[in-house]
Order: sequence, then structure tokens, then C-alpha cells
Amino acid sequence: MSTESGSLRRRFQDSLADLEVSVSRTEPASFEATLEDVVDDPVVGTPLPFDGVSLPAWVDEEPSPRTLEAATTGVTAASFGIADYGSVVLPSTEDGAEQVSLFPDLHVAVLREADLVPDMPTAIDRLGPALRDGDSAILATGPSATADMGSLVKGAHGPKAVHVVLLEEGGDE
Amino acid sequence: MSKPDDRRAKAARIRHLLETEGDAVEANTAGFNRGRYEAVADLESYEELKGEARGIKEDAIERLPELLEQVTQTVEANGGTVYLADDAADANRYIREIAAEKEADRVVKSKSMTSEELEVNDALEGDGVDVVETDLGEWVLQVADESPSHIVAPAIHRSRAEIARLFNDRFDLEEPLETAEELTMFARERLGEQIREADVGMTGANFITADSGTIMLVTSEGNARKTAVVPDTHVAVAGIEKVVPSVEDLSPFIELIGRSGTGQDITSYISLLTPPVESPTVDIDEPDVAFAEREDDRDFHLVLIDNGRTAMREDDQLRETLYCIRCSACANSCANFQSVGGHAFGGETYSGGIATGWEAGVHGADSVAEFNDLCTGCSRCVNACPVEIDIPWINTVVRDRLNHGVDPDRFEFLYDELVPDEEPSGLDLQKRLFGNYETLAKLGSATAPLANRVAELGPVRSLLERSVGVDSRRPLPAFERETLREWYDERGPRVAASEADREVVLYPDTYTNYVDVDRGKAAVRVLEALDVHVTVPNVGESGRAPLSQGMIATADEQASEVYAALAEHLDAGRDVVVIEPSDLAMFHREYEKLLPERSFERLRDGSYEVLEYVYGCLENGADPAALRAPEKPIAYHSHCQQRTLGLEAYTTAVLEELDADVFESDVECCGMAGSFGYKQEYYELSMDVGDRLRDQFESPTAADRLVLASGTSCEDQLDDLLEREASHPVEAIDPGGGV
Repeated sequence: MSTESGSLRRRFQDSLADLEVSVSRTEPASFEATLEDVVDDPVVGTPLPFDGVSLPAWVDEEPSPRTLEAATTGVTAASFGIADYGSVVLPSTEDGAEQVSLFPDLHVAVLREADLVPDMPTAIDRLGPALRDGDSAILATGPSATADMGSLVKGAHGPKAVHVVLLEEGGDE
Repeated sequence: MSKPDDRRAKAARIRHLLETEGDAVEANTAGFNRGRYEAVADLESYEELKGEARGIKEDAIERLPELLEQVTQTVEANGGTVYLADDAADANRYIREIAAEKEADRVVKSKSMTSEELEVNDALEGDGVDVVETDLGEWVLQVADESPSHIVAPAIHRSRAEIARLFNDRFDLEEPLETAEELTMFARERLGEQIREADVGMTGANFITADSGTIMLVTSEGNARKTAVVPDTHVAVAGIEKVVPSVEDLSPFIELIGRSGTGQDITSYISLLTPPVESPTVDIDEPDVAFAEREDDRDFHLVLIDNGRTAMREDDQLRETLYCIRCSACANSCANFQSVGGHAFGGETYSGGIATGWEAGVHGADSVAEFNDLCTGCSRCVNACPVEIDIPWINTVVRDRLNHGVDPDRFEFLYDELVPDEEPSGLDLQKRLFGNYETLAKLGSATAPLANRVAELGPVRSLLERSVGVDSRRPLPAFERETLREWYDERGPRVAASEADREVVLYPDTYTNYVDVDRGKAAVRVLEALDVHVTVPNVGESGRAPLSQGMIATADEQASEVYAALAEHLDAGRDVVVIEPSDLAMFHREYEKLLPERSFERLRDGSYEVLEYVYGCLENGADPAALRAPEKPIAYHSHCQQRTLGLEAYTTAVLEELDADVFESDVECCGMAGSFGYKQEYYELSMDVGDRLRDQFESPTAADRLVLASGTSCEDQLDDLLEREASHPVEAIDPGGGV
């Protein structure tokens, strides 16, 4: 099991490297320090739904339009990641995860290694019941980009950069 | 349409686009096309995924009425509203009502071709609503007041420098903008403000799932995400064909759409929104209320547009168009599109190969008539299409319908005896000439060499140009007095059937029989050198020429005659060998539409391209030493339709087996495409497409090589493009000849 998830993780990291998306791995206990290294102030976020991990006090967990506009970094949870593509699946939530992942220049997606799936069919199969239940989600792959102005530019309407924080599987190993 | 003035006007329009937009369009579309080849090569199960995607769309369109009912129930159960609009006016009326009800001052939009089809911007602006396109390419067009030149990347006809000039000219800027980065950040800033102040957000939908009421949006900028989530009202407009049964059906499309279109494995964002969404709005009037504290009452309207689609679904020939996922592969892989873009190769809304189906279905004949001829039937889009639509066939069918719509009183006097009764007597004279090439070839050969000399006389060329639009800059093919069949009948076989390893009937296509007799003779000698018994039977034109002019009834009749003439040979176990790839492609592709299934399959399974056949003989033990080894390194241009059939590799393999060094072109088409490059209105476009091939064959790697091409048209085009003569590969390995 751990071998398989290890190779999934390597595939995911390879895909992220192709997308020029940076990634850090951390145990839940070191999450705050890891996050501190990658963000630029001011930071907004939405609460993380993972056991043993929460956003540090210096992250504004209850952003409003004003603080969102002022923020440089947005931190949100990803429901799962797709190894083949380096995609993170971002749920739309009532507390505004969609906006927090979209407006600031840097998006930090927090993802549990246990939530990596290998490929697109598996990801979509997993999303089916949730969408039928009324949920919405974004498959986000790398930063926002456009080539409409003559050459590739990152950060067209959304983040100019994406960073993934991978939460190691606690206690398994 | 066929009058000389119209042809000149069309040529001038194309020339203007080649000069003003051609370079930017070519750089972008050729880049997307290269990206597609690379991206699909990485996909292990590419062919299976295409089949799966095709199956889902076939099923969805088959079950469309039921799915529309289901999606309506689902969306309404979710709290949204569904409106089924009969046509553009109906849809626009409904959308205007929403805007009025919301007292909307501004509507922001993400890119949607369906909204272009509706011309909904004009409708809303008529009511005083400010409509803002937020996709950067669409916004450039809105500022410039232009229409999209590409269905996915709408402003590819404009260079960075032109966009910078436009912005610097149009906006009051402190510092002039220059780089793509500066232009993008300026647009982001400005559009961001406009999105914040918007009352309604309008998006399209790439797919809609009936089981969940989810709309899928494929984007990279993030503007569609903002458009859908910032205002409290979301209107999604989509054709009724966008509905698929379930969420699980989306997977193959997600994997195919970006790769097929712009060559990206996946775009930055695949939004899967099940509206009304749970995300809070971004309300600038309450800037300090936390998102988590908001109680928004979101409003969602799904406007499903028929606008001719139900009629398309009931039309056996146009139905396939509804499988289209608007990826743009057929535009990017099209040699003509790469040169002129969607402002020439497009109708009122849609552009590229599949646009013929869309425009015929939603806007009607007038919109299609202008650009339908730009599809030459080269078929390079066929394998590129992620839902396996036979796009050239749709173009042929619509051309046939346009032919029948021409005023029947014109031009009946001269060519009636050349045209079978099934074709309309009012058919465009130019199309009749090229569609009946075999008749012309017979006449030319019977009177050669006099006919050739007369044809090349100045007054005759200008008459040909004026009356039928044969461009006087293009050399005409010279007919041979002795046809291939006459030569063969006189000579007889050199390998007796009783001593032969195999028996072949060599199909005497019109061009080989009357014009390039030498390549026919070379084919006979090559096959005999491999101990094959050859006959050259009396079989007529395959129907390729009339089909290319949209004369389906004539092609159908010729297909039946060809099959009748070959059936006995097939029964006797003889193999049919074809030199001209466009005729082989008739046997392998188009005859499926023209013959009964069993007849089609027998001929398809029993017929081979000549170098494919040589390859098979060598694989089965024939001695390559019996063939001539080419003396020089080779520059080889395969034929578009040959490549679509996947047969070009055999030619390269045979040449390499004979120790030749082969450099192969990778352009999609030579630009000649049968009669296309002879036509006055298209001559310059044909040469512009040809330039890409010339560049490759005049590069230092290829400049001194022997030029070989499998197609007749390609040989003619290469002769016109290069200082060197081009030959067929079979001539290069002919033990009794040599080039």
C-alpha cells in the first residue's frame, strides 16, 4: 500500500514539475513552518478539513471582499489530486474557497497524500456522487495562463503561481 | 458566384487576408497543430478514448429529447431555471428579460461561441446594458470591433504589436504598453474591476450532465470562474447538443479536448459547476462582510438553444456535426485554414472544417456558400477529430446541396453533354469542368499533342480564366497521345499468370492513364520485377473528381461502375493496386457512403497503394535486388489522403530497404488538392500553402535531394514550387527506368 501511494506521489510530483508548480511535503506537526516558508503576506485562507492540521493564526480565516483584494496568498484545501495531470480538485464551499484559490497572486493548495488518485477516470468517478449531490469543483492544473496577448503569460485572471503542500500520511509508516 | 468578377473579388479578399492576418494565423495554428501531435502521442489510449467519446455523443444525440427532459428536471430540482429557446431571437428575448428583471447595468461574459451565434451582445446593448467580454482574446476583439478568427483562440489573427497599438490608441495610458506581460496585466486589472461591478455573469458550457445538472467549462485564464461566481446571477447559454447523460461521461472529453485543440494535456481550469453554486458572491457594496457570513440567494438560468439543431439531428448527413465538441482540431490541422484563418474559412459564427456543418444547420446556405470550397477534402482533420466526425464528407454533402440550389437557368448551353442527368443543369461551370475531368482527359489525349499546344496559347488561357476560372499562372497538365492502357494492350504482360507469385490489376486512374503515363509504366515494370502478373483493365474514373466538386450523384454512379468492373477480379483473387492515393482513398473511405457495405468492404480489403503492395511483396520474400536502388538521397512528400489512411510509412520503408536516405516533409497538404490550385480565386492561397512545403524542400537538409511525391497534385505543385522536377516513388525504384 505504501509503495503504491509512494509511486503515485512521485507521478504527481513529476506532473507538477512539468507544470512548474512547486511542492513541499510535510508532516502535520510541521505544517505551520512549511506554510510560512512558501507564502507571501498578507495571507487569506479557508479552514482545512484535515485532522490534526489547521491554518496558523497569521492566516485570515474569514476573508471578506476587502481582505481578499488585499491578499497576496490564498490557502485552501484540495479534496484530491490527480497524479497523471498534476491537477488539484478544489471544492466550492460556502466559506469562499473558490474565491480564495482564485483572486490572490499565489494559491497554496493543501492536499493529503492519501487523497492522490492515479488518473482522470478515477477522479471523475470519485466526483460523480458529489456533483449529483449538488457540489461544484474545479480541476485546477497549474496557474492561470493566457497566450492571447502574443505569448504565454501566467496570471491572466487567476493566480500567477501555485504551490502544493502535500501532507504526509500520518502514523502509517 | 461563378462569374469572373466574383472570382476576382474572392481572390482579392483572400490576398488581403494572406497579407494582413496570414502570418499570425499561421504561427498560431501551426503551433497548436504541432502541440496536438505531441500531446496525443503521450496518451496511451488515444484511439480508444476517441472511440469512447464518439460513442457517448452518438448515444447522447440519439437520446436527446429524453436527456433534455432529464436535465431540465435536475437543474430545476437544484434550484435553477431552464429555458429551451427555439432560435436566437427567442433566446435573446429571454436573456434580455433576465437583465431587465435584475436591473442589470452590466453583464460580464466568458468566451462562448454559442453566444456569438446568438449575437446576444448586440441584443443586450440595444437595451442599454454594458456587455463586457472577459476572455482576453475576446476582449481584444470587442475593443477592436472584430469577429473571432478561430473558435478557441479568437484573436490569433492579431500579433502582440498590433494589440499593443490598439490598446495604446484606445485607452488613456500613462506609459505605452509593449510586452505580452504588460498587456495581460493591464487587461486583468481593468476587467477585474468590471467583473466586480457586474450584475450578471454569462458563460457558455462545454458539456452539461443530465444526471447532476453540472456544467463543465474549459478555460485557462480563470475569467469563467470569476464570471460565474462574482455576481449573484449566472446565465449559461449552450446548444442543446451539449447535454451528456452523466458526470462519468466527462472523463474522455476532459482528456481529449485540450490536447486536440491547442495541444495542452489539460487547460488550467476545468470548472464543474452545479448551479446555483454554494460559493458566496463577491459583493463590493458589503466589502467587510466575511464570505462565511453571507446568505446569498443565487439565481441560475440555463438557456438551451435549438436554433436548427433539432433539424440537424433529423438530417442523416448533418447529424454528426452535433457530436462536435468545438476543440478546433479541424481548423488547426487544415492547410488552408493555417494560411487564411477563420475570417475566410468561416461563416457568420463558426470557422474551420466543421463550420460547414454548423453554419448549414444554424444559419443556412448563404453563410456556407462563401467558404465551403476552402475544404479541399484533403482529410487531414479526420484523424485529428476527437469524436471521429467525417468532416470532409459533411463538406461534400453541403457542397452538393449548394450545387442544387444554384439558379438552374445559368450555363446550360455548353457542358450539358458532359454532365449526367443526376446533376443539376445549373451547376457552376467551373465545378462541371473539374468534376468531369475524365471526359476532358479523353478528349485531350485523343487530340494530343495539338490539344496541349492549343491549351497553352495565350488567348486560350485567358478564355479559360474568364469562362471557367482556370488561373492562367498555373501550367496545365499535358495529355499523352498514347494512354497507359493502350501502351499495355500493345505490350502485354511480361510475367505469365501461370508463373506469377500473385496477380494484380493495376487501376488506371485518370491522371496516370492520360497524363502521367510514365508512372503507370514504372508501376507495371516494378510489379513484374517482383514476379507479379499485371493487367491494366478498362476501368473508369473513381468518382474523386466529381466528388471534390460536390457532384455526389455522378460520383455514386462512377463508384458503381468501378466496382462492377473490378468485382470479377476480386472474386478471382486478384489484388487491386492503385497508384493515385486520392483514388485509393475513394475505395477505402468515401465508397463506404456510395456502395453497399459488402461491396465497399470487399474492394477496401482487396486494394492497395502501390508502394504498400511492393512492401508486402518484399516482406513475403520477393528479392529487393530486382528493383532499382535510388541513386540520390530523397526528399519525399506523402499525400494528404494517403497519410490519413496511415500508408505513407510503406513508401519510406521500401526506399530505405533499398538503402536510400529519406527526408520526409511534415506539412499537412501541398496546397494543390486536385483542382483547387487551378482555380483563379484560390491560386494564391494554394501557392501560400505550398510555400510551407517549398521551405522544407529548399532547406539545406533537402535542397539537393531527389524530390518524390505520391500524389498527382503534389507532383504538379512541387514542379511549380521548385526548380527540380518531382516524380512518383515507383519511378525511383523502376528497374526499367530511372529518375
